[in-house]
Amino acid sequence: MIEVKNVSKTYVTGAGSFDALKEVSFTIHDGEFVAIMGPSGSGKSTLMHILGALDVPTNGTYVLDGKDVSTLSEDELADIRREHIGFVFQSFNLLPRASVIRNVTLPLVYKQIPKEQREKIATASLKSAGLDEQYFYHLSNQLSGGQIQRVAIARALVNQPSLILADEPTGNLDSHTGQIVLETFQKLNREEKRTIILITHESDVAEHADRIIFIRDGAIESDKPV
Amino acid sequence: MIISDLLEETFLALSSNKVRSGLTILGIIIGISSVIAMVSIGQGSQASIQASIQSIGANLIQVQPGSQRSFAGVATQRGSAKSLTAEDAQAIADEISVAQAVAPEVSSRYQVAVKGTNTNTSIVGTTSSYTQVRNVQVIEGNFITDQQNSSVAKVAVLGPTVSTDLFGEGVSPVGQTIRINGSQFTVIGLTVIKGGSSFSNQDDMIFIPLSTAQRYFSGDEYVTSISVQATSEKTVDELETEITNLLLSRHHLDAASADFSILNQTDIIATASSVTETFTTLLAAVAGISLVVGGIGIMNMMLTSVTERTKEIGLRKAIGAKRKEIEQQFLVESVMLTLAGGIIGIALGLGISYVVSVLGIVSTSVSWSSVLLAFGVSAAIGIVFGYYPARRAAGMNPIVALRYE
Repeated sequence: MIEVKNVSKTYVTGAGSFDALKEVSFTIHDGEFVAIMGPSGSGKSTLMHILGALDVPTNGTYVLDGKDVSTLSEDELADIRREHIGFVFQSFNLLPRASVIRNVTLPLVYKQIPKEQREKIATASLKSAGLDEQYFYHLSNQLSGGQIQRVAIARALVNQPSLILADEPTGNLDSHTGQIVLETFQKLNREEKRTIILITHESDVAEHADRIIFIRDGAIESDKPV
Repeated sequence: MIISDLLEETFLALSSNKVRSGLTILGIIIGISSVIAMVSIGQGSQASIQASIQSIGANLIQVQPGSQRSFAGVATQRGSAKSLTAEDAQAIADEISVAQAVAPEVSSRYQVAVKGTNTNTSIVGTTSSYTQVRNVQVIEGNFITDQQNSSVAKVAVLGPTVSTDLFGEGVSPVGQTIRINGSQFTVIGLTVIKGGSSFSNQDDMIFIPLSTAQRYFSGDEYVTSISVQATSEKTVDELETEITNLLLSRHHLDAASADFSILNQTDIIATASSVTETFTTLLAAVAGISLVVGGIGIMNMMLTSVTERTKEIGLRKAIGAKRKEIEQQFLVESVMLTLAGGIIGIALGLGISYVVSVLGIVSTSVSWSSVLLAFGVSAAIGIVFGYYPARRAAGMNPIVALRYE
């Protein structure tokens, strides 16, 4: 479960301070599929960084699975990311010149899981993400965009995270493959009860979720089911 | 991260950029191989200089007459005085226990002739112990015996150079007659070729009995030098002191007015060694500088690599890699690079010193301590020059790194 209470983020720059988030509060229950939507500059990326334990809020609390994440140190945040969060990025961020399996097992390397076990878990994740088995040992730069994003989704699933954060996952894909990727998320949510947060600026992408939190100028404008 | 994973990651990262990795470690290879080759050449020349000095005779002390002082205090050339006698030599042999063998000698240059040819060479009057003291071996015939010495026999032992000059290459001189300064001598032996050693060429000499030399050539009972061999390397200094004391008391002199001087072979070796050591250090230092340049190359490559892989670093951090794990990964990469360079460099250095030996330029001697040192130094370079890039990678902000294009 995710509880965000009065979270603010202020960036101090040479030109003065800037409030990216202002007193944002919401709760997301396990098994929900939520889209966080907003135009660029709305603060949705800042919110994603805090939800993904990549950054901490200036004020307010962020509680993930009963643990307050908002005051942790850099290395403790790394622990949270390793154990609880799976990321899917707009630009995929796969290791080039590495096989699909290697890319997917990478988070497990940092969890110090032995090699044979890693491959088993990765194979299961790749199947959940819907990648055809014949591509498992291909190099990641030999795949198409849709296939690459499936590998990235499998990588996000592999550590059994309590939360999958997808940051503009269809941004670099054509509408057809984007549709397939979004359906994959829906399937994971319905069949495997995964908690998924989708960050996007497109309403037709956000509509694939069950609930949309709309952000503008660092504050929640609306929060309602689709 | 488990060690095997760390090594696998490292291998993949380095092999994905083979040309760049190869060119970068070239600096380390050149540095390490030149350190090893230079040190082995330096140590080899040191050993060969020592062997050359030792070939005159091991643990040798030479006693020479001092310079002659007139009543006005004008000194003549050192060694020109007539102050040492065969009796002094005998006394050293009899009274000093650490003197293993004593060979007095009278030497001077004379014209030597056989029918048709002649040459000018060193005539050394000495005793039978000369073979032991000055490490001279006879290849044919015999050396001078004590019996020949007491009977003032007119016999001669030729050095190989003299023999060739007088009789031609490959002709046995033993049994022939030669004329030294007009007197007839029978050749009874030929010495082994030793090669020109640094101080005196023992191949270009004729040995005759000491008594014969004194009677027919110098005409007095003095000797031009006394060579004394110590029982071992450790007793050389003790021998020097005892000879000094003995001769001073025999000549009724105090230390300030000694009429002889002593040349200690150990001192000569020490001087020669310190020269070659300085030379070796200089060579190794130059090679060491190239190693540092190689290290800077490693640092340059690692910094480029860190910048290029910013996105990868961001991703690794996003999936839960800690600061220390990122730092470790890049540090291991640079250490692997320099270790690989070190191993290839050691092999190359050994190869160079082998080739130098085989070509006969200098007979090299590789010390395993220099190989170990080179190995350690290459690992240390990896750590020193890899540390800053690794720190830079580890300190990256994951958000900024993920956005890097």
